[in-house]
Amino acid sequence: MKLVESNLDPAAAIYEFTLDAGEPWLHLIQAGQTFRIVDLCGNQAVDTFFYSADDTAERYSATDTIAGQRNIYLTCGSVLLSNLRRPMLHITADTCGRHDTLGGACSTESNTVRYALEKKYMHACRHSFLKAIIHSSYGLTKRDIGSNINFFMNVPVTPEGKLTFEDGISDAGKYVEMRADQNVLALISNCPQLNNPCNAFNPTPVRLLIWEREA
Amino acid sequence: MSAEPTALWEESVRGGDAWSHVLKRGTALRLTDVEGRANVGALFFNFEILSERYNMPDTLKAQHTAHLKKSLVLYSDMGRILASITDESCGWHDPLSGHLDAAATKQKYGEAGYQQYRNDFHRNSRDNFLIEMGKYGLGLRDLPANVNFFSKVVADDHGTLTFVPNHSKAGDFVELRAEMNVLVILDTCQHPLDPDPRYNPKPIHLSIHKAHRVPPDDPCRLSRPENTRGFTNTERYFL
Repeated sequence: MKLVESNLDPAAAIYEFTLDAGEPWLHLIQAGQTFRIVDLCGNQAVDTFFYSADDTAERYSATDTIAGQRNIYLTCGSVLLSNLRRPMLHITADTCGRHDTLGGACSTESNTVRYALEKKYMHACRHSFLKAIIHSSYGLTKRDIGSNINFFMNVPVTPEGKLTFEDGISDAGKYVEMRADQNVLALISNCPQLNNPCNAFNPTPVRLLIWEREA
Repeated sequence: MSAEPTALWEESVRGGDAWSHVLKRGTALRLTDVEGRANVGALFFNFEILSERYNMPDTLKAQHTAHLKKSLVLYSDMGRILASITDESCGWHDPLSGHLDAAATKQKYGEAGYQQYRNDFHRNSRDNFLIEMGKYGLGLRDLPANVNFFSKVVADDHGTLTFVPNHSKAGDFVELRAEMNVLVILDTCQHPLDPDPRYNPKPIHLSIHKAHRVPPDDPCRLSRPENTRGFTNTERYFL
């Protein structure tokens, strides 16, 4: 895995926010701006989805992105494609090395299937997604939630076609950075999952930073 | 090939075409590759609550798999099973690669409009899906990741995907048992990673027949402990 560092200075960021585990975040990133997610404590899955801010019917598409780059993992150089096969963001730096876009977001319903019917009460990403979009002014509903990205999550696929949730390969301070090709709405659920190693069984905060377009 | 039950309805679908039907709980749909090298893009919706639909990540996570095959099931985003793959003969169906839109189809195969080509004009998966979805009031916002039946795409250790050519042979089939009342939307355009430079989509044959009630020892129910719980969720929906 190729690790690529950024030369952007956090002191020069125009936006900084620490997002606790279990919390949603919906924010506009303008074309040309650079967005960084920092895994503050290590092995924290950051469930992330993007909409075109100008027409939210256009949104991140995992399958178009996978088919476009003929690879299932995201890293520096990956172009996040929309359902119209247009670039939404380019990943420009990545000190973790690999991110997932097959695992989707946890939900209370999928938790009943994956773990136990009695686990339905546990907080889940799709509740955070719904809360964020329902309280927004963009008119988004459940139908607008597609298959997302899980930054810092490790979901290897074997040549035999097995899919597993493995211990993370991220660590405290690792980050991923991406430049927006169009005005995008970023929707994040900082994952509250306690039933698998995607958050090392201990969900933790992440840091979100935005830099203005470089002159 | 397993013994085929009595068909209530049979239909052929040309290569490059689309098809839709509300497949009722208690019936099953069999797709047969007529000539070999078919690809069937497929979408599934709960017909009663159309915002509930096939969910690729939930389907893969619940069954610890990145490909679909016999005894696995198709999950909705609500923890329920839309349909079960009760039988099939390919051993691998691709859930990862999506489909091509009009621009990508034109770029890959060139232009062939209706004016000149009549009903042999080039159709594309995206528009096929959206047109069929539109008949039920669904639009682009409702389009989830699709399954590609009869196609095999393998990821290497670095995640790079390779399309496996000639995977499906003439006579290969997939049998889908509806566990809910499922809006099924099918598209028979080529797989997005099919390296064949010719626009050469293959026909399929469809048949619908009665399905037995799902018994306690059903192979799909027992294939994973997760699926046992998925069937419980689905049965509770009908209470």
